[in-house]
Amino acid sequence: MHDTKQLITIKGTRDGLTLFIDDTCSFDEAFKELREKLLANQPQKKEPCVPVTIKLGNRFLREEEKDSLSNLIKEENRFTIQSIESEVIAKSEALSLMEDSEVKTINRIVRSGQVLEVTGDLLLIGDVNPGGSVISTGNIYIMGSLHGVAHAGVKGDRSAIIAASYMNPSQLRIAEYISRAPDYESDGVYMECGLIDEEQDKIIIDRLQVLAHRRKSINRFERRINNG
Amino acid sequence: MGEAIVITSGKGGVGKTTTTANIGTALALMEKKVCLIDTDIGLRNLDVVMGLENRIIYDIVDVIQERCKLKQALIKDKRFDYLSLLPAAQTSDKTAVTPDGMKKIIKELKQEYDYIIIDCPAGIEQGFQNAIAGADRAIVVTTPEKSSVRDADRIIGLLEKEDIEPPSLVVNRIRNHMMKSGDMLDIDEIVQILSINLIGVVLDDDEVIKASNHGEPIALQSKPKASIAYRNIARRILGETVPLQSLEDESGMFQKVKRFFGMRGN
Repeated sequence: MHDTKQLITIKGTRDGLTLFIDDTCSFDEAFKELREKLLANQPQKKEPCVPVTIKLGNRFLREEEKDSLSNLIKEENRFTIQSIESEVIAKSEALSLMEDSEVKTINRIVRSGQVLEVTGDLLLIGDVNPGGSVISTGNIYIMGSLHGVAHAGVKGDRSAIIAASYMNPSQLRIAEYISRAPDYESDGVYMECGLIDEEQDKIIIDRLQVLAHRRKSINRFERRINNG
Repeated sequence: MGEAIVITSGKGGVGKTTTTANIGTALALMEKKVCLIDTDIGLRNLDVVMGLENRIIYDIVDVIQERCKLKQALIKDKRFDYLSLLPAAQTSDKTAVTPDGMKKIIKELKQEYDYIIIDCPAGIEQGFQNAIAGADRAIVVTTPEKSSVRDADRIIGLLEKEDIEPPSLVVNRIRNHMMKSGDMLDIDEIVQILSINLIGVVLDDDEVIKASNHGEPIALQSKPKASIAYRNIARRILGETVPLQSLEDESGMFQKVKRFFGMRGN
């Protein structure tokens, strides 16, 4: 019966091949057909490696299934897997995505020697004293004075920003970038933010107003979802 | 039922022991029953500052290890009947003191005394944990130096995790001319960073060191500014509202006239 319908559809695009796997059959059936297809199309001679995008439709793959699928495709080094895309995600993944994009509001003073670490964005109502540090996977907003260390986008999000009512940090860190205060004694600045300037390849500090055009969509949940 | 107050700072040499001795003395001057406890095992010197060194027979470790009764270890002050000192041990094993042991001693002392003032060792290790164990409230001493303020901040952070009242701040060793010239942190700056209640400011005064060396806490004298400052702190502990001492040197008549005309003193 299933012979009448193709379970695997392969399309060539500019960026390589796109593999559509039908989402109504069982994984084993699709796996079997894919193997047959790959065996049937043995290359005559050495061909360059082709990038493949796999589209699963409404199918959810467990880690083992993903592994065996990619092992099958990568066999003999004919293809490299660009991405495995699915319309559905696990609940746990969705929850962690939501946590990543949530703003955590915390009301306290981060004192010397203390470390405040959050997942998602941090809204701190209070100061970060010298020797204290705040760390988040997203942006950091401080309604108070920043004297210590702030590390935004700790998991590598370079678009993260650090904003403070009073900015006089000992260090600003965004993703893997670090900038430190000058060696001479300096007064802080009011209502400014730190962000990575891609052109200068470093962290710059600028007025909060520049965020309006430099970071147009600060942390919209939809943006995070669409970017994965 | 008395109240136990721990005097702490984090950094060493900022004047914890001097502050303990003087606040204790000042409270005793106001006819409160006060007991001082030195918890700096191995480096005791509250007894020296109080001038009671040669009266020590038993110490806090003896009490904890039950070699003597608490009453036997207490040294009565030579000036006040209602001021006592529980000295630290100089040689005994410092691991003998535990937070539970301290709580027990303080609980017993609270029956008898109005105020128990605990002198905390420098640092944030076991000695600190012991010292704050039985305290109801804390006074953090700092000097107008960055390193000292940084450590005070750390200590306040640790105190906030404990089940005690929010700590109060004493800024010690203020040198007015340096503060004015901007070479020292000024008091507003310190209070802003630490954001706790300021309970007293004490000027740096040679007399304080002289008095400590004689074993007569400066609070016993009536004139020096530092003495007035300590007595003001004691009054604030009792709940009185006392305005902060002016740090200006008001000795000259000219200064007074200038102030009268609303001019700023230098």
